[in-house]
This record gives sequence, C-alpha cells and structure tokens, in this order.
Amino acid sequence: MSRAKPNSDPLIQQLRSVLPDSCIVSDPASMKPYECDGLSGYRQMPRVVVLPTTVEQVQAVMKACQASKTPVVPRGAGTSLSGGAMPHKNGVVLSVNRLNRILDIDGQNRCATLQPGVRNLQISDAVEHLGLYYAPDPSSQIACTIGGNVAENAGGVHCLKYGLTVHNILQVKIVTLNGDLVTLGSTAPDSPGNDLLALMMGSEGMLGIVVEVVVRLLPRPPLARVLMAAFDDIEKAGNAVANVIASGVIPAGFEMMDRAAITAAEDFVRAGYPADAEAILLCEVDGTEQEVNAQLDRVKALLDKAGATQISLAKDENERILFWSGRKNAFPAVGRISPDYYCMDGTIPRKEIGNVLTRISAMADKYGLGVANVFHAGDGNLHPLILYDANKPGDFVKAEEFGGEILDLCVAVGGTITGEHGVGVEKIDRMCVQFDEATLAQFLAVREAFDPDGLLNPDKAVPTLARCAEFNAMHVHHGKLPHPELERF
Amino acid sequence: MTDLSRDIAARVQVGFEKGSPIDIGGAGTKSFLGRPSPTATTLDVTGHRGIIEYDPAELILVARAGTPLQEIEDTLDSRQQMLGFEPPFSAQGATLGGAVAAGLAGPRRAYSGAVRDFILGASFINGKGEIITSGGKVMKNVAGFDLFRPMAGAMGTLGVLLKAALRIVPRPEAEETLLHEENDETTALEKMNRWALQTQAISAAAWDGENIRIRLSGSSAGIAHGEVQIGGEKLTESDYWNDLNNFRLEFFKQQGRLWRIALAPMSGPIGMNSPQLIDWGGAQRWLMSDEPADDIRARVAHLGGHASCYSDDPAVPTFQPLQGDLLALNQRLKAALDPAGILNPGRLDPKL
Ligand SMILES: Cc1cc2nc3c(=O)[nH]c(=O)nc-3n(C[C@H](O)[C@H](O)[C@H](O)COP(=O)(O)OP(=O)(O)OC[C@H]3O[C@@H](n4cnc5c(N)ncnc54)[C@H](O)[C@@H]3O)c2cc1C
Repeated sequence: MSRAKPNSDPLIQQLRSVLPDSCIVSDPASMKPYECDGLSGYRQMPRVVVLPTTVEQVQAVMKACQASKTPVVPRGAGTSLSGGAMPHKNGVVLSVNRLNRILDIDGQNRCATLQPGVRNLQISDAVEHLGLYYAPDPSSQIACTIGGNVAENAGGVHCLKYGLTVHNILQVKIVTLNGDLVTLGSTAPDSPGNDLLALMMGSEGMLGIVVEVVVRLLPRPPLARVLMAAFDDIEKAGNAVANVIASGVIPAGFEMMDRAAITAAEDFVRAGYPADAEAILLCEVDGTEQEVNAQLDRVKALLDKAGATQISLAKDENERILFWSGRKNAFPAVGRISPDYYCMDGTIPRKEIGNVLTRISAMADKYGLGVANVFHAGDGNLHPLILYDANKPGDFVKAEEFGGEILDLCVAVGGTITGEHGVGVEKIDRMCVQFDEATLAQFLAVREAFDPDGLLNPDKAVPTLARCAEFNAMHVHHGKLPHPELERF
Repeated sequence: MTDLSRDIAARVQVGFEKGSPIDIGGAGTKSFLGRPSPTATTLDVTGHRGIIEYDPAELILVARAGTPLQEIEDTLDSRQQMLGFEPPFSAQGATLGGAVAAGLAGPRRAYSGAVRDFILGASFINGKGEIITSGGKVMKNVAGFDLFRPMAGAMGTLGVLLKAALRIVPRPEAEETLLHEENDETTALEKMNRWALQTQAISAAAWDGENIRIRLSGSSAGIAHGEVQIGGEKLTESDYWNDLNNFRLEFFKQQGRLWRIALAPMSGPIGMNSPQLIDWGGAQRWLMSDEPADDIRARVAHLGGHASCYSDDPAVPTFQPLQGDLLALNQRLKAALDPAGILNPGRLDPKL
C-alpha cells in the first residue's frame, strides 16, 4: 500500500500502536473503494480504514476509538442498499473482510461457526457435502457477508418458507464500543437473560461489531420445482399471490416481476418469459416428490382460477435454473436499460400488492420517470426500481421524491418503509413517518445502553427527535402530519 | 373487547414517579417461573383483551395482551389455522401477554421456531408509562430496533405488553405419532437427529427412557414419506404431546425438583442419575432431581447449555443467573426501558 506522505493524524498514530501497518489504509487512493456502499448516490471519504485480522485487534480499535471519541462504521462487503456502510468523515471504517474463516462445521447439531467476513454463499458451499445449507439467500449472496446479513437481518427468495436471518442464527459474539467481547444467544434453543441476540438482528451496526456468528443449517430438500405463471393484468397477479398464501400453501419462493422487469430480463438472459405478459409469478415448491406434486397441483389450480394466461412448469433442473436466472439477474438487467436505478424496499400486506403497484405506476407518470418492479411477492416485500439518469440535473432528486412517496404509501396501507435493505442514511427521515416520538426516543435509549457515546455508525437508521421535528415541519400538509390517524398496526 | 391502554399506562406512570414496583398480573398460569418482588403491587392486565384484527388470508392476528389463548386458538381453528409455537396452559386460561412474556413454546419448537419467531410487532408500556410500538404486521420489516422480539422471554421486565401482532400458520392437513422402542439415551439422541435430516415432516420428537415418540405433521404425502423414513408403530393416543406440553404426563408427578435443561440437541447425556424426559429432539430435557442446584447448573453449563428450576424453591433462582459483561449489558438494556426498575423486578434474574 503506497502512502503519498506520512500521516500525522493522531488517531492513525494511535491505531498504529494497536494494529500492524498492513491492517491500516489511510491514503486517499486506497480508501476510495470504501467511499460508498451499494447505494452509490451517497458518498463520503473516511478518515481511515482498518482491516483487523483478530478479534483482539477489533477490541483494541474499539477502545482506541472510544478513548478519542471517534466514530466507527462497521463494514462487510459494502453491498448495503441503504448507505448503512457509508463512512463518517471523522471516523474509522472497520472492515471485517479479513476475518473471513469458517471456524467450525457441526453436522450433528446442524450449525456452523463463522467469522463475520464469511460470504453468505460460501456457507452453503462448505456444507453441501453434508446435505445441509444455510437458508437465507439474499440476491447479493455471492458477495455479502454473514456479519452484514446479521446487521441488516437480510432476507432472500427462500425466506418465505425458511425465515429471515433472525430465524436462522443461533449465536453471535459482539465487541461493544468499550471493547468488551460478549456472547449473545447459544447453540441451545435459548439462553439466560433477555434475548439480546434478537435485538442485534437488523441493528445496522449500531449496537456492536459482530465478530463471530453461529448459523443454523437445514437439510437440503430432496426436490424443488418452479412454476411460471403469466398474467395480462398486474392486479390479477397480485391477487393470485394473496390467494395462494391464503390457501395454506407456503411456497419455498414466490416472486413477481412486472412488464418492464420482464422485458429487461428477457433482453438480458432469455429466461423464456412471455414478452406480452403484464406480470409473471415464479412459484417454487420443495420437499419430497409426492409433496411437490401435491403442492404443484394446488398452486396450478389457484393460479388458473386467478386468471393466469399461461402456466409453465420448468420441465427439469436446467429449465428451473433458467426461469430463476431472469429473476436473479433482474437488477443488472434493469441496469442495462437505464443509466441508473434507485431500488426501494417497502413491505405491504399481500392483499395490497395490486393496488399499490397501480398507484406506483400513476406516480411514475407524475414524476416522468420509469419504474420496473421485481420483488418478493410472497412476503409482500416490494422492490420498485426507479429509473433515472444521474447525469441529468435534478433527476436523482426526482427519483428520491418518487421513492419517498412510495414509502409513505407503504406505511399508509399498513406496511413498512423497509423489508430487508435497512434504513441506513437513505430512509432515516422516513423513520419519522413510521414511528412516533416516544418510540424513537426509546430506540435512542436502547442504543445508548450499548454505546453511551453514540459512536457506532452515527447518524444512521434512527433519527434524533430534532431531526424529525425538522423533517415533519417540512412535510406538514395543510397543517397535518402525514397519516396522523394511523395506528401503526 | 376493552382497551385499557391508557389506564394501564397511567398506573405505570404513578409507579415510575413513586419508584414503587409493579407485579404484572395475567392469568397466573406461569407463577412458578421466577418470583415476584415481595414489595410489588399487582397490576392486573387481564381486562385489556380482545382480538383486534384477524386476517386469515394475510396469516396475521393482532390481539390485546389480556386475550385468553383459548379464544385465539378457537378463532384460528375455525379457519384451519393455528399458532406456530404451541404455547402451554391455554386450557387453564393463559393469556397472550403471559405466553409472550414467558416465551414458553411446545414440542413443535425445535422444528418450527420459538415464540419470538412468530411475533411481527408489539405495543408495550415502558417503565416510564409511555406506549412504545415496534415492528408491525407485515412479514418483513427492518425499520427500527426489533424491541418486540426481546419481549418474548423477558418475563415482563422490559415492558407491560399491550398487544402483539402474530404470524399465523396453516394447520397441518394431518398429524400422527410413531413409536420406537429404545432404551439407550445416546442412540435415542442419534436417531431423533438423524430422522430430522431425512424428513421435513417431523414436528416433535421425545424420548422417555423407553420409547422414542415422533410426531409427523403436514400433507398426507409428506407424512407418508416420513413414515417410510422412520418406521415404527403408529400410535392412536392423541393426547401425548398436549400432556407433555402441559406437564400432565406421569413423569411430572414424580418426587424431586423439576429442572428444564436447554442444550444443543446432540450434546451427549447430561449424566445425572435422575429421571429424565427428553423433548425437542434433545434440545430440551426435563430432569427430576434433588441434586444441588449449583451441581446441575455447572454440569449443564459445561455442555454449553443452561438449566432452569421450575419447582418453587426460594433458595434456587428459577433461571440461570447472569454474570459478567452479559449481566452488565442486560442491566443497561433494562435501565433503558425501565429506568426506575419497577417492572417485575427480579422475576427474570435477581439482578434485573
Ligand atoms: C444486487 C443486490 C441485491 C441484493 N439483494 C438483497 C436481498 O435479496 N435481500 C436482502 O436482504 N438484501 C439484499 N441486498 C442488500 C445487501 O446485500 C444486504 O443488506 C447484506 O446483508 C449486506 O451485507 P454486506 O456484507 O455487504 O454489509 P455492508 O453493506 O458492508 O454493511 C451493511 C450494514 O451492516 C453493518 N455491518 C457490516 N458488517 C458488520 C459487522 N461485522 N458487525 C456489525 N455491523 C456490520 C454496516 O455498518 C452497515 O450498516 C442486495 C444488494 C445488492 C447490491
């Protein structure tokens, strides 16, 4: 690592006393890749990046940062779509990338112990020979880390049946800001005291650095088959999703794409989707052959009744992979048809899918921007991709406003502003719409219990009350806060 | 259907101002778990009841904390649905709030999840008398800290639950129990865990020293597959699992203190010469023993688990007492939610 000039920053001097030089990155060129995460519209150069190789080093860095009141931003692979891993200008970026070993695989107890930098897909690969796998499968699974998954409570295509990260983690070890190493949870089904393990899930790097994770492994289902159903109307497709779930079938995965996403995906990977459809559903069921066949019969009948214009069952494993390839490549496919896109992540009750998609399409006309929808329909977790051009002045601002209006709509129909991508810097103001003042103050108090100085990932995920007062003042319509009438559930 | 949120909040607020401890009172079916503070006055929350929303198609139900579980279960049953965590004591009048606070789950736990896994959101009153709402009623939600989840198992020490939104599951099409004779503990543990790899249909697995019982749930196709994998004698007695869940089996009528041991399922035998009943495929073990509490706890801790004493003995803390940094973190969390320390003090841990 080349350094332009010796660094005189006292913080860096101090980090040098607890870390080998090879673990410290401080010259601007080498720090550049850390400037943003997957939400590239938000950028900030950090003061310094550290890449510890041991838990003791993480503890030493935390102690040094607490002593000098320096902000710390934890970072995994940097695939966050909400700016959660965006650096703080006075702070340290603590990357766990070099803590990337699989420490133990326990086939008998069906669990594995991992360092936080282990990549999601690496886990399933490492236990495949035991007939096991790790269920949560975010689309970013080639790159994202298990530590980042814990911090975001990541979901994926198969979470409908097998649960989110929170349902598949047995234990984590964290380093708190004062350098303590604390074990939360255990390989037993529960552990003494409060369920702090659950509290860590989705805490966006604000409560501690995750330095070790024990994941639960599941047996691989003997067979999985996928159906593709086409619809000539998006509301019909939305209602079909609600009907299948209501019937008592829980598919392993249940995804939806609208016309814009279908076209983009077809042009990119030729997955065999019908080009004239307004929407398609991909419905995967798994289990033994008999179970799969019984479920397929039921799902087919329901989709038919819901008005599907075409239903195709992938005839073999190759075609199954082909059907999924269109969905899995949908983001990059959309990236080919638009210079930039902005990915939203609200969740709504399933019965609102048709209604909300129709209203999003009306908003697209209003803002004069395109939108493609590709999402986890079975969980009601939307991913509208707003198409814009960062080089066009004002386009990103328009995209952000459009996105904000979508999120307000999600809250208004009884949903949430984020299903799996986290609040980060991106949606922090929208937290003021979703939560009341007492609850936000409670979140801040809980954070203080872990980090009294507020140095871990500051200015993210949970807004201060002053910030909300300002935001709400700007968003008062006719003297009213957005949706004051709403009880959140 | 009564909404007493404001009244309950006002009561807590007074407690906060005066620093006087409150013992949150549900139906009392779990009074053996933890001991209420002797100076606390009881705040009866059973009047705050009623199902607020039930949407079978969305698989969600929202109910006030005082709602009897039986009412919820009957409502779900009429639509071929059920709670996914099989809580005990419905027949004795247990309430939703108590079920969540105690976090007790039935035989299904090892295969389908804990109480906290089925909560989507909750409202509760913190120790200052403020109403806090976290989570929601949709399947995926990562906005804000998930304060609703630690409510499960907190024994009321973090807040007075007002209502909870639950994820509901379809009732399995069919269910049956298979019996295998087995006298050896290690072999029994091995079998139960091997079968769990071979079929997704297992919804309970227990060993009583002589027999392994396996419950299969699901579609008839899934159960048929499970039968082939596991074999054994089909049982007609249908109340076994319910009796196990509600401490009604003969096992629980023996002399001695009742211990609940939680372990990784394939941890070897605990090696105590006391009557034992293994549930959750090995992850929950019931022990009838008058051996010194510290000995039992040390032995279990050595295997990576923990032990709770379910018999009323003032000399033995119900739950394994916390220590060190983990205790400190729990104390700070308690102080963040209940700064005056008035909500069920000592019920979960003597120092909380
Ligand atoms: C193409 C694409 C598809 C995606 N698909 C999905 C999807 O299907 N489902 C889904 O849920 N998400 C998805 N994501 C979002 C993202 O991949 C997840 O949020 C992932 O969990 C982030 O992991 P990471 O290692 O990249 O973490 P980072 O982006 O590095 O960090 C994310 C957050 O976690 C914190 N953090 C990271 N490591 C630690 C640690 N060790 N201790 C404490 N805090 C830590 C960071 O401070 C930050 O707040 C997608 C992203 C992309 C780019």
